[in-house]
Amino acid sequence: MSKIIEVKNLNKKFGDFTAVNDISFSVEKGNIFAFLGPNGAGKTTTIKMLTTLLPPTSGNVKVNNFDLNTDRDEVRKSFGIVFQDPSLDDDLTAYENMNFHAVLYGVPKEEKEGRIEELLRLVDLLDRKNDYVKNYSGGMKRRLEIARSLIHNPEIIFLDEPTVGLDPQTRNHIWSYVVDLSKRKGVTVFLTTHYMEEAEKMADKIVVIDHGKIIGSGTSDSLKKDTGAESLEEAFLKLTGSEIRHDEAGSLDSLRTHARVWGRTRR
Amino acid sequence: MNTVYILWLRQLKKYLRSTPRIIGSLGQPLLFLLVFGFGFGSIFAKAGEGSYIQFLVPGIVAMAVIFTAIFGGIELIWDRQFGFLKETMVAPVSRFNIMLGRTIGGATVSVIQGIAVLIISFFVGFKMHNPLMIFPALVFMFLTAFFFTALGTSIASRLMDMQAFPIIMNFLVMPLFFLSGSIFPLENAPKALQILSKVDPLTYGIDGLRYVFEGVSSLNPWADLVYLLGFSIIVFLVGRFLFERMEA
Ligand SMILES: Nc1ncnc2c1ncn2[C@@H]1O[C@H](COP(=O)(O)OP(=O)(O)O)[C@@H](O)[C@H]1O
Ligand SMILES: [Mg+2]
Repeated sequence: MSKIIEVKNLNKKFGDFTAVNDISFSVEKGNIFAFLGPNGAGKTTTIKMLTTLLPPTSGNVKVNNFDLNTDRDEVRKSFGIVFQDPSLDDDLTAYENMNFHAVLYGVPKEEKEGRIEELLRLVDLLDRKNDYVKNYSGGMKRRLEIARSLIHNPEIIFLDEPTVGLDPQTRNHIWSYVVDLSKRKGVTVFLTTHYMEEAEKMADKIVVIDHGKIIGSGTSDSLKKDTGAESLEEAFLKLTGSEIRHDEAGSLDSLRTHARVWGRTRR
Repeated sequence: MNTVYILWLRQLKKYLRSTPRIIGSLGQPLLFLLVFGFGFGSIFAKAGEGSYIQFLVPGIVAMAVIFTAIFGGIELIWDRQFGFLKETMVAPVSRFNIMLGRTIGGATVSVIQGIAVLIISFFVGFKMHNPLMIFPALVFMFLTAFFFTALGTSIASRLMDMQAFPIIMNFLVMPLFFLSGSIFPLENAPKALQILSKVDPLTYGIDGLRYVFEGVSSLNPWADLVYLLGFSIIVFLVGRFLFERMEA
């Protein structure tokens, strides 16, 4: 097996605060890789660095054999991403969101329509393709984001808490697409989630991060064995402790209020 | 090129789909047109300056253009906060093209808004000396719009939220508007104002518009064009620099 993501001594500082502290790990091609940790552990920051959105303070990263510092555009072509926060344009239709992405990624005209249709069918949104995204439910938006992230046939797909806030039916649905994808197309999946059963069921490899440091890695079984736990959830709690972490105050919510004051409404 | 086109198309679609925004941003220019146009018209005529509506309309058209443009630039903040910016920033395309597409898109929308005001002003008695001059008028409107969209984008790339928006309107956009000779002639204004107006890019936009609408202007219209182009390129490059260093 070959390594499709290699991270060596990666660091990220925001001023004096170290969000990611000297982490090293790798992801095997075709694997489902789970990156677990409590709120504020540094998962999203790491993903932002791996996906070129945030420059690392130091460290070496290779994605699909391309160096993050020198081959940004090649790295960018290699992956698709579903961000933790929504990233669709609500004022456009599902089809328009897909088309925007296809054009940005230079998908050939002859293949574009076919791929968009195939992917929308895969996530059961084909019949709603001309609806505005603002009329979509949370689960539909997530599915659309997954479909969108695949239009350019990426080698890797990053999923940052893709199932947060969704009902169990939708969560199941989403994970069954993901497993299917990794099995059928050999796409490497890099995911984060707070639902330990999801990770336990699907992940080939797990890395646990807390306070910016890696505190455990292996398979679900090896992590349970190392900690003497019955379930991954128990192993996770033993590794990270049971103190409650606070999520960051909802900056998005306060902005929504401003947006409304300034005459735009969003759902 | 496709990148620029799809970003342009997105701005245009979003604008055309937002009727409240179209109507809302027509409100202020129309209010100015009516209040100033009818309020000062007779004084203006008595002072021997001719028809005030003829003088005022280029300024009001510019007002519609710059307000829409600055807002279009500032909208970057929303794209960032609502997450769509990340989608563009992880794509394998140059930041230069992203910035260019956004700016041309914002500028196009602003020109449409300017044309709407121009059409309405025909109903309150405004006349163009030569209808064909609408084409150079579009050029001046577009460059003015381009400058203010790029300015808005530059500012937005340094701001995290919309709270500073009123400050920008009151301490930057409105002064630029009034200093440009948009609603009163600068010829008899105090020296200090005249000097300030020279570094206000809008001065050249409005002077150029007066030339193409009326056939008269204070400066050479070609000079207006060159200044406006120069200012636009500079602010675009500054904006691009800031945009590239912005966190999505
Ligand atoms: N732009 C930023 N500036 C300052 N601190 C940040 C920034 N982004 C994230 N952080 C901080 O870095 C830490 C890790 O955040 P994050 O990677 O989002 O955690 P996770 O995704 O694991 O919940 C948190 O303490 C967060 O407050
Ligand atoms: Mg996170």
